[in-house]
Amino acid sequence: MTEKAGRFGIHGGQYIPETLMNAVIELERAYNRYKDDPDFTAELSALLNDYAGRPSRLYFARRMTEDLGGAKIYLKREDLNHTGAHKINNVLGQALLAKRMGKTRLIAETGAGQHGVATATAAALMGMSCVVFMGEEDTRRQALNVYRMRLLGSEVVPVSTGTGTLKDAVSQAFREWTSRIDDTHYCLGSVMGPHPFPTIVRDFQAVISREIKSQVMEREGKLPDCVVACVGGGSNAIGSFYHFINDKGVRLIGCEAAGRGIETFETAATISTGRLGIFHGMKSYFCQDDFGQIAPVYSISAGLDYPGIGPEHAYLHDTGRAEYVPVTDEEAVCAFEYLSRTEGIIPAIESAHALSYAMKVAPNMSRESVIVVTISGRGDKDCASIARYRGENINE
Amino acid sequence: MSNIKNAFANGKAFIPFITCGDPDADTTIRAVHEAVRNGADLVELGIPFSDPTAEGPVIQDANYRALKGGITTDKVFDIVRELRRDIDVPMVFMTYANVVFSYGAERFISTCNDIGIDGLILPDLPFEEKDEFLPYCRKYGVDLVSMIAPTSEDRIAMIAREAEGFLYVVSSLGVTGTRSEITTDLASIIKAVRRNTDIPCAIGFGISTPEQARKMSEIADGVIVGSAIVKLLAKYGTKSPAHIGSYVKSMKDAML
Repeated sequence: MTEKAGRFGIHGGQYIPETLMNAVIELERAYNRYKDDPDFTAELSALLNDYAGRPSRLYFARRMTEDLGGAKIYLKREDLNHTGAHKINNVLGQALLAKRMGKTRLIAETGAGQHGVATATAAALMGMSCVVFMGEEDTRRQALNVYRMRLLGSEVVPVSTGTGTLKDAVSQAFREWTSRIDDTHYCLGSVMGPHPFPTIVRDFQAVISREIKSQVMEREGKLPDCVVACVGGGSNAIGSFYHFINDKGVRLIGCEAAGRGIETFETAATISTGRLGIFHGMKSYFCQDDFGQIAPVYSISAGLDYPGIGPEHAYLHDTGRAEYVPVTDEEAVCAFEYLSRTEGIIPAIESAHALSYAMKVAPNMSRESVIVVTISGRGDKDCASIARYRGENINE
Repeated sequence: MSNIKNAFANGKAFIPFITCGDPDADTTIRAVHEAVRNGADLVELGIPFSDPTAEGPVIQDANYRALKGGITTDKVFDIVRELRRDIDVPMVFMTYANVVFSYGAERFISTCNDIGIDGLILPDLPFEEKDEFLPYCRKYGVDLVSMIAPTSEDRIAMIAREAEGFLYVVSSLGVTGTRSEITTDLASIIKAVRRNTDIPCAIGFGISTPEQARKMSEIADGVIVGSAIVKLLAKYGTKSPAHIGSYVKSMKDAML
């Protein structure tokens, strides 16, 4: 795996203003200093176990497996983590690191609000101040999470520029970091942005695949045949894939948000519809027009509504090691409802994209084969918008 | 080697920034003429980008207005062709890496040379990534302008030694936009630059008043003004060129 100067093949890099260069260099130095430091790793492990609730369960979805009549389906229950999503894994790591660096303030972007809630939570826990940037459109779609962040003591800044969604929140967080670096760490929520973020976030999320590997070995005495996860920026997916990358027999499938379909403009499926570009600090694939203007993407899922993909995913796509498939709003909503009824688990609409694709491939696989689907988050936050999608108006 | 040095040949240079296509191409052309007639020594032309991460609200909005008005990279090239019929002062593009990259770096930079663009400023292309475009810039004689920020510190020497055209010294932390006060110790930064290069230094970000322009011209070779001019474009639209002309004159007159 190529990791020189934060590159994954041709992807990655550090395409950011000069003002931020020393900040990312300082971050890389601090990360290299602490990542294998026994005190740091012990403190992080204790937090992940005692506070976040790790290891997360690997649940055998018996009814779903019987109903689909093919591969055994296991669900990696990141939704059971404290704050309800995988985001806390990365945030606890970065917040601890920021503390070691002497920072007293965290800033973050958020789409669905899960990363914002996780960051607000870590800030509360560690006595740091916190500002979360969230697209104005998303503050409406995810009003409950806005309230949670404020309850946790964070300031939430609605971002109305551009399309008022996740990419604009990321841009605004970068702008804020440019203006205040000394006491502030930008707690980036996905495997994107300039080096070293894609590596740091991946390492902190890799706990997912480390656990999946040992949990599946224990239950099945072999590796899974297939690991499926949803991809926006791609942090839960890279976390789910990472420890399997060298196990060539394990199919790795990332599910992108196709929105109303990849043949329409209302999509966020970067691998299916994007092309190589440079944006938000990295070279990777982006949805863009002929002149490199970033496209206004769309998905029912605020967490996948991003016009790019992390550079390591772009590389895994280039080499063919992982497959990336589009899943529409309609397919994801059906999977959201299906899992709720079949297993009594309400998944995040993001995770429902992965679930939907697993439902497609499972029936065509043998009964001995094993699929792991990462349920990256819980779906309470999505109930109002799914109800709306089905033509029902409920008050949150 | 481009013509950029000419801008600094006759005293301190005043460098206005104008977002191309805001609100339309014709206004851009007239605004640049007015600016040059009133003393602009070098013109920085912005090619709009959908997500200008180094810009404050004023220039962000200009980008959105221009894109909404239908501006494209090709149309910006046409604006420059039109301007070059009678404008001799050096002109540089300010845009974002993806605009150049997606057009095809060689195609973009060779076109710059064809139409008379002297340099390229890309705020999201730091020293570490400049090889992305530098080979083409060298090949076609377009200067890739480097930036130095208040946070550059130990990086100043490295950046200054390889700088081409002029050095863009960022006055303050944060994004573009007018500031009532500039607190960075710019004299020290420019002194550090001077130990490593003798190419001209121009200060930008946050400068809007003649007093600020005068103060900055005491320590640097040039003064760059963006948001204050773009505000005039936002306020007066197609009628802004005359206002821009008198503003440029007031700034130029205040400088050393």
